[in-house]
This record gives sequence, structure tokens and C-alpha cells, in this order.
Amino acid sequence: MSDIDVAATDAVSISEFDRLTAPVPAVQDGGPEMIQLLTPEGQRVPNADYDALVATLGDDELRGFYRDLVLIRRVDAEATALQRQGELGIWASLLGQEAAQVGSGRALKPQDYAFPTYREHGVAWCRGVDPLNLLGLFRGVNHGGWDPNEKNFHLYTIVIGAQTLHATGYAMGVQRDGAVGTGDEQRDTAVIAYFGDGATSQGDVSEALVFAGVTNAPVVFFCQNNQWAISEPNDKQTRVPLYQRASGFGFPGIRVDGNDVLAVYAVTRAALDSARSGQGPTFIEAFTYRMGAHTTSDDPTKYRVSAEVEVWKHRDPIERFKAWLAHEGKADHEFFAAVEREADELAVHVREGCLSMPDPVATEMFDHVYVESHPLVAKERAEFTAYQASFEGAH
Amino acid sequence: MGATTIAKGINNGLRAAMDKDARVLLMGEDIGKLGGVFRVTEGLQKDFGEDRVIDTPLAEAGIVGTAIGMALRGYRPVVEIQFDGFVYPAFDHIINQVAKMHARSLSKVRLPMVIRIPVGGGIGAVEHHSESNEAYFTHTAGLRVVCCSNPSDAYWMIQQAIETDDPVIFYEPKRRYWDKGEVAESADLGLFDARVCRSGTDVTLLAYGPMVKTCLQAAEAAEAEGKSLEVIDLRSLSPIDVPTVVESVRKTGRAVIVHEAPTFGGLGGELAATIAEECFYSLEAPVLRVGGYNIPYPPAKLEEEFLPDLDRVLDAVDRSLAH
Repeated sequence: MSDIDVAATDAVSISEFDRLTAPVPAVQDGGPEMIQLLTPEGQRVPNADYDALVATLGDDELRGFYRDLVLIRRVDAEATALQRQGELGIWASLLGQEAAQVGSGRALKPQDYAFPTYREHGVAWCRGVDPLNLLGLFRGVNHGGWDPNEKNFHLYTIVIGAQTLHATGYAMGVQRDGAVGTGDEQRDTAVIAYFGDGATSQGDVSEALVFAGVTNAPVVFFCQNNQWAISEPNDKQTRVPLYQRASGFGFPGIRVDGNDVLAVYAVTRAALDSARSGQGPTFIEAFTYRMGAHTTSDDPTKYRVSAEVEVWKHRDPIERFKAWLAHEGKADHEFFAAVEREADELAVHVREGCLSMPDPVATEMFDHVYVESHPLVAKERAEFTAYQASFEGAH
Repeated sequence: MGATTIAKGINNGLRAAMDKDARVLLMGEDIGKLGGVFRVTEGLQKDFGEDRVIDTPLAEAGIVGTAIGMALRGYRPVVEIQFDGFVYPAFDHIINQVAKMHARSLSKVRLPMVIRIPVGGGIGAVEHHSESNEAYFTHTAGLRVVCCSNPSDAYWMIQQAIETDDPVIFYEPKRRYWDKGEVAESADLGLFDARVCRSGTDVTLLAYGPMVKTCLQAAEAAEAEGKSLEVIDLRSLSPIDVPTVVESVRKTGRAVIVHEAPTFGGLGGELAATIAEECFYSLEAPVLRVGGYNIPYPPAKLEEEFLPDLDRVLDAVDRSLAH
């Protein structure tokens, strides 16, 4: 199968060759290289590299993580229900990926900038985007209902992987602004690009890694490996663990348990700190699982077995963190109950806000195409307005 | 052959082509186990195996680029682009490589490949899922571009496209995927022939893909008002069956072109110019275009306002007849 003479090659031992050419096993766990600070049972795993970062978190912040996890899961459930009831055209659920998103989102500083896919509802939450504003896109009211510059949270990018280049370019701009490595905590800025396992196959993502590597840009590539690109499992996208890709581009890659909010926070925080200080990019593979369908239009029973989903249910990101908080005495029943009540209230806010969301004004579709006036758009706007008025007159 | 849908018609057509020619193979995202997001390739991997129905990595440039290599090796790849708005990563390969290979090799190299693209709006989707981007491809010499509008054509045209030795962009009107219709016993037209699907004497409506149904409905409504509309389904967008168009417009003296794509720089402009050149002395009115507005495809709540519909077609017909 290969013309490499294995026996005569010093650089590649036979066992190494076997490892490199072995079929990729169906991945069920992240392996020993995966950074995990909390087991699925909620037991703390000491880690010399990251314990100090976790230790900086106060109890309020830790309880805040729990609140984030629960609230965004409730938003997600409510949105899914709204889609089922015909109020949203489609919804891309984050179920199962809450810790990956909250852990990384909470590691960001206000001046940092995040570039999401269309599933980063938890990161949006951490950036202060009202969950209601996420629904506009899925309800067909707008293409993104928030001001990216206000939240330092870009609009959702639907074309797979494209935003990794935008993030890299933004980070190159940060470099030129002298907002890297100054030691000023308010000034030094990092950029984070979110994408999935499927996106790593896109040329854009490889090109982003090239640009980030050669420019040493302050960007963190945060890959949520949720094991499935719609119907295609990891082995249709890659022969190596995704985090290992980074070494070929000249910067560190690391795999973290994406269902462990503490580990995700610590690993992302370290990577962002490194980027801000001028040490360049990091590739983080958050090893997680898409518990639901790709979107509400998808039917995963056609391509994956329920036993696999069962395995991941036991790795639930919220349960393990709750168990740890309770065991450590950092939160009690009263706190957990209060979060549930808040989740109920948020669900009502999302539901009522969705139902009362006004339809867009049709003429506005002409209003944002160009910065400056454009004769053809102006002409068509006028024609459209007159045409619409001709119906109103007829009734 | 009985009634079926456009989606199933293409599925059956792909199956027939694969049965007939072992060099035909399918490539795309989620087309195997899942059967494609629209289920157009449902069951084909099960019956033809993973070597002939390939679930590719998520990379459109990769899909089209490797399909070129497959074609160079003698295969006849049929690739699926999941949605119209996702074809652009492959644009470079389609424009610079697929379209030009035959010419630059002085006819030594053929690329008999088909690029299937679900096209158009009307399904309430999020952005990039409702594009009508045919003009980019019709503008490119070396590509043939076709679009089916009904189950029978879907079944026969996909087979004809696969048998074509030139590369073919094969558009599928996604909002009509589940429309049912009878499938003819044989292909009654060549792949690049237009179809006069309703005869009339007053105005010629020119359409393709999703707008054919809209134009037929408009013709039906106009008949009640005593207007006789002729409806032509172009079927092939490059080349255009000019003789069929010219014959019709010379008869009616009026033409209205209808497509979902924005009109500026669109196929309607090419048709209007051709009609002006060929039918000048027969024209009773300016050639009119009804299309999408020249803005990005709007959020789903506004797509009914954006897309041409029966009323907008009839409005244009009235404006034509006013001359």
C-alpha cells in the first residue's frame, strides 16, 4: 500500500507506522491525552498545569457557571419546542455542548472577540446577547438580531468554517493595533473562532490555521468535536485526532473534555492568556457530543445508534458539575432550586418574546444592502412600495 | 411509468444511470447513509456500495476537485452540493478547471461530470439556502446548465446529463422536490431542448425550474380573463433553445421572462437581448422581466414578497398587453 520501506526508515518505527496507518477507531472517549478536571461522576481530577487557574475562580463564579449551563439548556429546550410548534423555521440545538460553550465563553474578557458558528447559543449568552435575539434568525425575521460590535460577538456564520478566517484576520488587526503583549490587562486582546469537527475538512479552516501560524496572531481555534457532521462521523473527516492538526501548522493543540466546564474554562483561559501575551494561536479540541439532531430538520435515527447516545448521557455536563458543587459545599438545594426558577422565568421570556416578535417590515429589505444609496435598489424599493400599495387600494 | 415526485424522479434516474454504467458514481456530503438532506440519494449507497456512493468530507472544493480527478481517471462522477449557497467554495474548481479543461487540452480531455445543486427559495430556510445562482454558471463558457421542473424531466434529464460528455450543472428546484407528476415512458426531448408546456397566442412566458409551475398557474388564471398565455419551460439555460423561444415570441409578439434570481445581470437579460435581436419586427411590447429584487435573499418571513408569484407575473402580463 505504500512504497515507504518501513524497516529501513529510522525516523518512523514500525509501531509508530502501525499507529499512523491504523484505521481510526470509533471514538467513544477522549483518551489519556484529554484534559479532564471533573469526571462524569463529578470527582475532581488534580492537574498540575491547570489547578492554579481553577483556583482563581470564586464560589460565586463557579455557581455562575452552573447557572449559565442550566439557563442556556432551558433556552435551547424552549427554542426546540417553539420550532415543533411552528414558531421557528428551524433550530440548531446545543444540547450536550453547554460546558464547552460556557467554559470557553466565560474565559473571554470584554475586549476579546468571538466568531461563532450557528450553534453557539451558550457563548452568545456569555457575551450578553439576549437569547431572544438568537431566535430572529431561526424564525426568519432577520439574519442576526444583535449588534456584533456591541457584544464583541460576531453574527452567526452558516457557511461552514468561513468564520475561522475572519477571526484570524481580526486577530491580525489586533496585532496591528498594538493590543497584544503590552501587559495591560484591559488592553491585550484575544480572538476566538468557534467551529465544529466537520468544518475542519474545509479548506478555509486549514487556510486560517496557516495564516494564524505564520502571523502568530492572537487567535484561539475552538473546535467543538461533537462527533457528528450531520450524518457523518469523525472518521469521514479525519485520520488523526483533530487537536493534533495544530502541530503541522506550528502551534500547540490540546484536547479537553468538552463536557467538563472547569477543564474547558481552564484550557481556554490559558490559551487566551497566551494569545493576549503575544505567544500566538492555540487549537483546542473540545471533545463533546451532539445529543440531539443536527437541526430540527434532521433525523439522526437514520445514521447513528441510540446506544452511543446512552453512553454520552452518562457524561452529561450539568450533572457532573452539580455533583461537584454539592459535594464541595459550594452550592446547596436552595441555590439549585433558585436556578430552576430562574430558568422557568427565562423560558417564559423566550416564549413570549418569540410569539410577540414583530414580522419584519418588507421595505426594510432594501434598506441595508449598501452603505450609500444605489440607484437600482432605490428604484426597486419605489416600485415595490407602489406595487404593494396597489393591493391595499384594491381591498 | 406512474406518478412520482421530483426528488424520487432524480433518485430513480440516478439508479438507472448507475445500473447502466458502472463508471457512474456519486459524491457528496451526507448522501450515503442519510440519503442526502433532501433524500434524493436515499437507498443508493445500500444498493451500490460505499465505493460508488461516497460520503465525502465536509468540503465542497474537495468534492468538486476530487471529482475532476475521478473524471480524469475515466469515471463519471455525479456530485451533490448540499445547498445552492454552499457551492462557492467549489467555484474556483468549477470555473477555472471544470469549465476549461476540454478547451485547454485541445479536446484531449473530457470531464463528463454532473454537479447537482438544489436551487431557489420558498422553503422558509435560513440564509444561503435559497439562492438562485445560475447566472454565474451560464456566464461561464464550457459549462452546460440545465434545470428540471417536473418529475418526468427530473428522471430523464438527470440520465441525459450523466450521459453528456461535457460537464453539466444540474439544478433541482428544491421547493418542488415533493411535487408529484407522471413520468413519461421515454425522453421525448433532448437535454438542451425547451418545452412548450402550454400553448397560447397573446403573451409568451419564459421560465425554468420552480417558476414553471407559477407561470402555468398564471396562464390558468389569465385564461379566465380571456388572455391566452404560452408557457415555455426552458429546461436548458446554457445552451438556450433559441429556435423554440423565437418561434413562440414571433407568434405572440410579447414576452415576459420569470425567474427567482435577481434580474440585474441575470438570465432574463440574456433572453431579452436574444429576443430583441431575433424578433424585433414581431414585438408588440418591450420584453419584461419578473425576478427577485436586487438585494441579498431576505429572511424567510419576507421571501414571499421577494419571490415572483402569480400576481407579479400577471401584473407583468398586463403591462405587456397595455402596449
